[in-house]
Amino acid sequence: MNTVYLDNSATTKVDDEVLKVMLPYFSQNYGNASSIYSIGRENRKAIEDAREKVAKILNCNSNEVYFTAGGSESDNTAIKGIAYANKNKGNHIITSKIEHPAVLETCKKLEKDGFEVSYISVDENGILNLEELKDSIRPTTILISVMFANNEIGTIQPIKEIGEIAKEKGIYFHTDAVQAVGNIKIDVEKLNIDSLSLSAHKFYGPKGIGALYVRKNVPFVKFIDGGHQERNKRAGTENVAGIVGLGKAIELAYKDLDEHNEKIKKLRDYYVEQVEKRIPYIKVNGDRNKRLPGNSNISFRFIEGESLLLNLDLKGICASSGSACTSGSLDPSHVLLAIGLPHEIAHGSLRVSIGKYNTKEEIDYVVDSLVEIVERLRNMSPLWEEFIENGGNN
Amino acid sequence: MNKKVLLGMSGGVDSSVAAILLKEQGYEVIGVTMKLWEGEIEGSCCSLNSTSDAKRVCDYLKIPHYTLNFKDDFNKYVVQDFIDNYKNCRTPNPCIECNKYLKFGAMFKKAQELGCDYIATGHYAKILYSEKYGKNVLAKSNAGKKDQSYVLYNIPDYMLDHVLFPLGDFKNKDEIREIARKNNLLVANKPDSEDICFIPDGNYKRFLEENSNIKPQKGNIVNSKEEVLGKHTGLYNYTIGQRRGLGISSPKPLYVLKLNKKKNQVIVGVEKELYIKEFLIKDFNILVDIDLSKWTSLYVKTRYSAKEYKANIILEEDKIRVVFDEPQRAITPGQSAVFYDGDVVVGGGKIV
Repeated sequence: MNTVYLDNSATTKVDDEVLKVMLPYFSQNYGNASSIYSIGRENRKAIEDAREKVAKILNCNSNEVYFTAGGSESDNTAIKGIAYANKNKGNHIITSKIEHPAVLETCKKLEKDGFEVSYISVDENGILNLEELKDSIRPTTILISVMFANNEIGTIQPIKEIGEIAKEKGIYFHTDAVQAVGNIKIDVEKLNIDSLSLSAHKFYGPKGIGALYVRKNVPFVKFIDGGHQERNKRAGTENVAGIVGLGKAIELAYKDLDEHNEKIKKLRDYYVEQVEKRIPYIKVNGDRNKRLPGNSNISFRFIEGESLLLNLDLKGICASSGSACTSGSLDPSHVLLAIGLPHEIAHGSLRVSIGKYNTKEEIDYVVDSLVEIVERLRNMSPLWEEFIENGGNN
Repeated sequence: MNKKVLLGMSGGVDSSVAAILLKEQGYEVIGVTMKLWEGEIEGSCCSLNSTSDAKRVCDYLKIPHYTLNFKDDFNKYVVQDFIDNYKNCRTPNPCIECNKYLKFGAMFKKAQELGCDYIATGHYAKILYSEKYGKNVLAKSNAGKKDQSYVLYNIPDYMLDHVLFPLGDFKNKDEIREIARKNNLLVANKPDSEDICFIPDGNYKRFLEENSNIKPQKGNIVNSKEEVLGKHTGLYNYTIGQRRGLGISSPKPLYVLKLNKKKNQVIVGVEKELYIKEFLIKDFNILVDIDLSKWTSLYVKTRYSAKEYKANIILEEDKIRVVFDEPQRAITPGQSAVFYDGDVVVGGGKIV
């Protein structure tokens, strides 16, 4: 059975070109980048080259880029780091209700530590309520953290507007751009972003490596204590192969960005169109236009997302429900609830995220499989039976 | 195409070996572990570690494994029922509820959704074709004391054609462990789980106090003539037939005979008084075609660890009356009475 991988928001396959540039750093150029001898110095150069690549894409200075172990570490470092470094100025943080757990759980932890957090609501498409954001700003507000694009429904937030509000009020603005980098052009200057998190494995780079941009002069407390690496902000011997991979991956992603986006958007639109045509009683979640090119999130009424996923897996298809943790909580996704879906509809949701390696044939296979599985599951559902007996109205 | 089986896996040696056996028999096996209880603690049958043990076994056997979240159903049908029973002075057997609502309820539904032909578990029981009843029946395994057919009597009749018990022919656990060792399963030497899975330390009194509104309400221990003999610490701390922990000195050993909720009394007496000849059951499930309107002679087992004894049963409105040939000891409300015709499970229900 062939695997059809449609969970590119969860992670992506490492691009062959990325892998190629990483390989020498395992067994040939293995020196510690902090050392003074040649194989150390060469690695220092490789790291700084990668840092420059990231800085160029984000339009920031390379000494504003710090390498981390990934998106969650970047989010933790930015939010906790800025909060603790600025607590003499205030203890209020603003974020949204649809953030990734790396942000939400970090905020919850800060609440236990004396900070106050406002969680701003979103509209039915998942777009942040800017009026509510403005109204919730206090004299003590030190940080706004709003994701660039949502990981479940793909909605892209009005980052420029948020940046302007933050700048005007003198509040630091962090954005979790883990889903956005590799899909959207980002200019931290134009967008007034003070801090940004990204992760390599979302754009065909390796896992375990990410980066954090923090604007010069924004104070933040370091997250990992120890050696002086990353300009004394993040201790630990540098993951040279990972950093080199991240640099190559971000370079490739932005070299072919338009082409890449056009391709996956076309496949995504084809998928949604086919599902809408062939399966009744579905709901497409998220904004139709302001969304990531490869993301789709569809609720299939009268069906449990979990059963859908397991059946897809048995056919070799990798997709996900609202969140990545399918075996965990029974609670429906906090994102789908935040856009106002009732529990029973949120439960039957499927995220299909398309990447550059997917083909139309794969989409056809997935749609055919979905038609069959959805029909079978609905035929077992008493709610469906009742719904059809009542003439299928409401 | 091979028949598809959904196998419930706890991570223990029994269900792991069941996976091996089903695979050897040519089934397409899907392993699932039910996530049942929030406060999962190391060492109980369904702890996080067990889930990963089950996953590791499935990895090794190259079969898919999923974790199914049934916490809500488990709490509703098993944990709350357990608490309600103690509130009403009954002694529950939560494994019976779990089998009814979770394994042969929610898990069966999941099996259908996944297009499986069967569900299977590592229970020591059999499904076999009975000439006498002209259908598939639930029957005792070959495991003697370890047999678990008693806790399975609530399997719905229509499901019997879709259930497999791969361990039914084995005589003891050593044989199972031997298979596990031969296959190099890491779980081969894992100890048996004995306690109630959601009370891994076995302290059900503390569990009740922490998870329900049951509070220790002291009262009198009395004899059948309502003469006060001592004090009790709360009715939920006592069960029928209990001798220890009464704190009463008496020339003859005293046993708990009854719990009176209204008067908040524990009624005690001598062993002879524990023996009862007849009782009623409710919420019964009958698995074979018998005429309940007439007296039927069968063997009846009134708790998991008891032997079965000869009795006659008859329907009385929505209950069944059970009359033993000889009086039996400590018939306890809340426990189940299960009827056997030879090795065949005829049915069973809750002692009123």
